[in-house]
Amino acid sequence: MGDLVDEVEVAVLGGGPGGYSAAFRCAELGLETVVIDAAQRLGGACLFEGCIPSKALLHVASVLNEAGRAKEFGVDFGEPRISLDPLRKWKQERVVGKLARGLASVAKARGVEVIGGRGVFEDSSTLRVEAGETLRKVRFKHAIVATGSRPGGLPGLTQPSERIMDSTAALDLPDIPERLLVIGGGYIGLELGTVYATLGSRVTLVEMTNGLLPGVDRDLVQPLHRRVNTLFTAIHLETRVTALREVGSEIEADLEGRGGERFDRVLVAVGRRAQSDGLGLEATRVRLTEHGRFVRVDERCRTEDPRIYAVGDITGEPMLAHRAMRQGKVAAEALAGRPAAFDNVAIPAVVFTDPEIAWCGLGEAQARDQGLPVKVGKFQWAASGRAATLGRSDGLTKVMADASSGRVLGVGIVGPGAGELIAEAALAVETAALAEDVALTIHAHPTLSESLMEAAEHLLGA
Amino acid sequence: MRIFSLPDLGEGLTEAEIVAVLVREGDVIREDAPLLEVETDKAQVEIPSPMGGRVEKIHVAPGQTVKVGAPLVTFADAAAEPVAAAARGSAPPTSAAKAPKSAAPARTPVAAPSAPAALADGPVAATPATRRLARELGVDLKVVRGSGPGGRVLDEDVRAAASGPPIAPATVPASAEPAAPAGPAKPLGTVGLEAPSLPRFEQWGPVERAPLSHLRRTIALRMTLSATLVPHVTHFDRADITDLDALIARNLEAARAQGVTLTLTPFLLKAAALALLRHPTFNASLDPAAGEMVLKRYYNLGVAVATARGLIVPVLREIDRKPVLEIARELAALAQRVREGKATLDDLRGGTFTITNIGALGGTAALPIINYPEVAILGVARARQEAVVRQGQIVPRLMLPLTLTFDHRIADGADGARFATEIVQRLEAPERLLWEW
Repeated sequence: MGDLVDEVEVAVLGGGPGGYSAAFRCAELGLETVVIDAAQRLGGACLFEGCIPSKALLHVASVLNEAGRAKEFGVDFGEPRISLDPLRKWKQERVVGKLARGLASVAKARGVEVIGGRGVFEDSSTLRVEAGETLRKVRFKHAIVATGSRPGGLPGLTQPSERIMDSTAALDLPDIPERLLVIGGGYIGLELGTVYATLGSRVTLVEMTNGLLPGVDRDLVQPLHRRVNTLFTAIHLETRVTALREVGSEIEADLEGRGGERFDRVLVAVGRRAQSDGLGLEATRVRLTEHGRFVRVDERCRTEDPRIYAVGDITGEPMLAHRAMRQGKVAAEALAGRPAAFDNVAIPAVVFTDPEIAWCGLGEAQARDQGLPVKVGKFQWAASGRAATLGRSDGLTKVMADASSGRVLGVGIVGPGAGELIAEAALAVETAALAEDVALTIHAHPTLSESLMEAAEHLLGA
Repeated sequence: MRIFSLPDLGEGLTEAEIVAVLVREGDVIREDAPLLEVETDKAQVEIPSPMGGRVEKIHVAPGQTVKVGAPLVTFADAAAEPVAAAARGSAPPTSAAKAPKSAAPARTPVAAPSAPAALADGPVAATPATRRLARELGVDLKVVRGSGPGGRVLDEDVRAAASGPPIAPATVPASAEPAAPAGPAKPLGTVGLEAPSLPRFEQWGPVERAPLSHLRRTIALRMTLSATLVPHVTHFDRADITDLDALIARNLEAARAQGVTLTLTPFLLKAAALALLRHPTFNASLDPAAGEMVLKRYYNLGVAVATARGLIVPVLREIDRKPVLEIARELAALAQRVREGKATLDDLRGGTFTITNIGALGGTAALPIINYPEVAILGVARARQEAVVRQGQIVPRLMLPLTLTFDHRIADGADGARFATEIVQRLEAPERLLWEW
């Protein structure tokens, strides 16, 4: 039997945000485009096992939390009763399923075919697509590699046990364990820890370094740390997990310096790994970065192989869907001969905990490390009218600007809604706005957005 | 103490003009670090330092012309070892980038934290839209001086950089390091030309003599001036005006109802004015005495009108701000005044660019002479149905031949090509001409 060979202009490998953004843009530019996705669907880890389902569950957590806090102002909803089946169904069908159907219909409308199977490069112009027993070949003029990342494991520790979950498994919400151990104090551990703690689990979090959210501005982390301290049963910093053993229906974890502790489930959230292996990249001229973790690309998302582009998590940090989406469009335009480049200054990052943390551009510590002369303006939400009406005065907005020109270089926000507020900050940084521009723009009162204006004013007065 | 003198530049060149000094006295530089930018009759080149060490004295200033062998820089007797790394990467020696680069001090690792690196290595202050424009026009933002608040690079700065030598920003941002000045302006040399005396034509047969009209004399004088003074260069292009032609046909009646006869010319004027906005050097004049380019921030376009007495070029004002219908109306009225000999002096002066449309008379192309002191003229010949290949199919398309003739002193072939391409693109997307002004 001869191989089935498709000839296309663009083959996109991976149907996540980077892949589908690239494919849709290619189609818009008149290029015949197919997406090869292992699960034959668009959305990727973001939609099916990441951003979207976790935010759905965090919304549930936030409703529970708000309902509980309502007692403060004399409204008592009583004890919540949580039914996991309807919750899972809502998340899976009304949220994830709805968005997945939306993406599928966009693909159909733009004539983008989604091929199911594992794509492996045979050479610089051919992909072999394996789907079970069937084999198909796709010959392309250009390929865009967007295979993303997967949850990383604990080397030597992660033995197969359904009680030891990665983020994907935890989002399936198999049950609400009485005692949950979260390994990793990054954004995934904190977000999912928050979900489980709010649903009723007693959460213990261990983090190897000396602080939550390593690398993030301490001013922003502090209010979150205070809050999770009350939400979680325990937070152990500078602590390693040296062994995990399944004992009956429990997991015994050896916490360095603390001895063994028993849990009903364990969530391993120690970062994500780029999926650059098993793609047959060695059959092409694509080169990896020094440590072999990522595919090397230039600012137009071109790899060393002139036919092959790469976007998203596979190209490096920060591994964020919105970075991948922008790169996807850049790659599409670049291969169509347009002068596009991924030259963005601000890639906003959001931790969807309670309170939320969001930042973009240059951080204060980073500026100090690089010896850049910056001015910093801060605004404590304790002075915000809107924050008071929400009963949440634990927020902070800070603005970093170039000392001589006043150009806004970075913004950090902690507080409820920070993830939405960072949009204005990203616009300011990306358009090289001055702190003065932000301070002189009217912000609606009373809103939390005033905090950015106030921080800019503080910076100018400082 | 070691003195570095202007080396032999080859190609028989004996002198060079200093364009920029890239180091400052007191800087410690390494061997091969860019030292100076000089311009010769042939090219602009960057001269790397032949030695490492501390710059003790700089003997030259931008704008100065120096002979081969003249001292440029004196180095102190620093350690023979080249010190640290120069802050900036060197550009290719024949870099065409004319923007003055700021003379960044060489930084030693020790000095790094206190050195006001500002954002020299960071992202350029420009909006994403401006950055995209820079990519489209092939402009390296890092060498463009921003004239916006806080040193922000504006669209205008990018366009100016794209279409010629840099224009000094009106306001110099306080934060920016002082760039090497371009040096004082100097008059250009003149070319003396005098027509030799004519032979006696009568020796070969009978002749008649007729005096020239005043208009003819004026035309002769101005064309001679332009043709001899200005190095003309012409770029050829063609625009597919099938859609534009259809649009005109569709709107003919509607326009007539408003008392306007819709023709191609107002669309040409609009397209040219919009293109001029983005390519200001073609809307300029060269001031040879001052050694400056005069960029006009108004877009008054002349249209060559053939009259019984000869060629007259009346001027339509502020084309960039007027809708096509209004341009058509003004053009008709103006052409009528000209043909009736009723044009005022104001109708005929103040132009910044000229279009000559000979299409009505046939021909496949024309190379008009620039209407001095403007710097460019667009010649338009007759549009013809042609067999054109589109997506592998031969299709009939209405193709309009265009020639852009411009002053090579002010713009180069690549600039002309970009400007002409812009006009073509605008003619090929005619609906945008209706709402862009």
